[in-house]
Amino acid sequence: MRSTRGRKVLSNVVVALCGGAVLVALVPLFFVFFYVVQQGFSSLNWDFFTKMPKPVGEKGGGMANSIVGTLILIAIAGAIAIPVGIVAGVYLSEYGKRKFASLVRFTADILNGVPSIVVGIFAYSLAVLPVKHFSALAGGLALAFMMIPIITRTTEELLNLVPGTLREGSLALGATRARAAFSVMVPAALPGIMTGILVALARIAGETAPLLFTAFNNRFFSTSLGQPISSLPVQVYTYAISPYEDWHRQAWAGALVLVAVVFVFSVLARLVTRRLERMHRA
Amino acid sequence: MSDTMASDVDAPSESRPKGTLAAPPPVAAAAPGNAYGAERRLRMETRKLNFWYGTKQALYDISLKIPEKSVTALIGPSGCGKSTYLRCLNRMNDIIPDTRVDGEVLLDGRDIYAAGMDVVDLRRQVGMVFQKSNPFPKSILENVAYGLKVNHMARGSELRDRVEKALKQAAIWDEVKDRLNTSALGLSGGQQQRLCIARAIAVEPEVILMDEPASALDPIATGKVEELIYELKRDYTIVIVTHNMQQAARVSESTAFFMLGRLVEHDRTDKIFTNPGQKITEDYITGRFG
Repeated sequence: MRSTRGRKVLSNVVVALCGGAVLVALVPLFFVFFYVVQQGFSSLNWDFFTKMPKPVGEKGGGMANSIVGTLILIAIAGAIAIPVGIVAGVYLSEYGKRKFASLVRFTADILNGVPSIVVGIFAYSLAVLPVKHFSALAGGLALAFMMIPIITRTTEELLNLVPGTLREGSLALGATRARAAFSVMVPAALPGIMTGILVALARIAGETAPLLFTAFNNRFFSTSLGQPISSLPVQVYTYAISPYEDWHRQAWAGALVLVAVVFVFSVLARLVTRRLERMHRA
Repeated sequence: MSDTMASDVDAPSESRPKGTLAAPPPVAAAAPGNAYGAERRLRMETRKLNFWYGTKQALYDISLKIPEKSVTALIGPSGCGKSTYLRCLNRMNDIIPDTRVDGEVLLDGRDIYAAGMDVVDLRRQVGMVFQKSNPFPKSILENVAYGLKVNHMARGSELRDRVEKALKQAAIWDEVKDRLNTSALGLSGGQQQRLCIARAIAVEPEVILMDEPASALDPIATGKVEELIYELKRDYTIVIVTHNMQQAARVSESTAFFMLGRLVEHDRTDKIFTNPGQKITEDYITGRFG
């Protein structure tokens, strides 16, 4: 039997290790955030949100087309991935023991781990090659492929947390299996599912690789789904690898806006979860 | 499907005979009390009902008659199969994988396990109240309206009237009438259980199955639920599983004693509690084991 003193020392060591691990996790996040704000803030002004990019050498200009483009891409991706992801998640949770379901689950996990550039190539061969030009739709599709596994698995996991007695209660009243799933189980898990959706949106908002050869880029303001469209990540990338000092500054501003968008989604996820949970309680 | 597993954990473990006795009980193949109900108009009846979880047999040849507009209590030690039996009566065990049923379960003379039976329709006719109250995370109104909606039984003002009627029948109307649109999860445990009873009777079933409906409630809430059961038997046929012997004595007209997956005897409640036909029943009721 170890002495009390020895156990206390060991406990303190473990607590210290935990604290150290937290620091290691938080410090890079803090520095990234700090650096982006420091570099980006000075280049950020109203013009950045409202003006179009200026040709090299001309001062000023903004990324209005990229900001709108990113929002459009997110909207397309969400419109495809949210319904597909939720329905797939419900399937896994309700019929998860069947062979086909484990295949779906396995596929979703693999898809989740596929490098985003590969997802881009897939969307390219699916939606760009046949029509022979880049488009916002192809970009949204690529992003949707990245979102679907996240939403599917979160939905499944959260549905699994809903007490099965709710399903039985529903079935005992004469509901069909599908009715029980969508009218009782999904609403009960909704706060968590919403969080999953917003986390997935935040995750894809900053993706560059899948867009490089799907949505491509567009120097002009475009809201057409059939045309190439600009997006913040790709624009930041393009500007960052350019040799021009002005463009570098714009890229920093773009990065800051992108981080802000992701931040907003995360905060939104928190708020929505809390709000819905409160509604469920009392 | 781990969520169903979570929900189903109760039933299989309940039905697994754990052997509360050192030696197998001397159970008569056809106990004399099993004839109970022969002279009454029956609502449900099981004939030689056997049930398996996988290869594990949980019920052996259960033949039981359930007279209409009465309360039938199922008692017995944990794992004796009474919950499993109850869940056979509305085919709730169907959703547990790897289960098998053999024998007949008759509702008004029709075998509910027959091929032509619509299980959704069956469950509207045979409602269920669970051990742990399970209100949906919706408003009180929506909870009671749920069954009416999924069965397309009522809408609009008629829906509202039927909800009110069900809540009144469940003796909870006065407590909730001013907060129908608030979440059902804000109610107390006893109120939630009576809401679940209201929800079950809203669809006007013929039979209501209750799986230890008061086991999670305090004595006052239990008393209210028992009073309610007593009231409800004027209109409904009720089958109730209970661990509480006094409860069985208070609310039921007949009592069936289960043991290790077998029906030991079924008779008038007063007879079971004062002069049981089997020694083992007496031992259980007097608390010598169980």
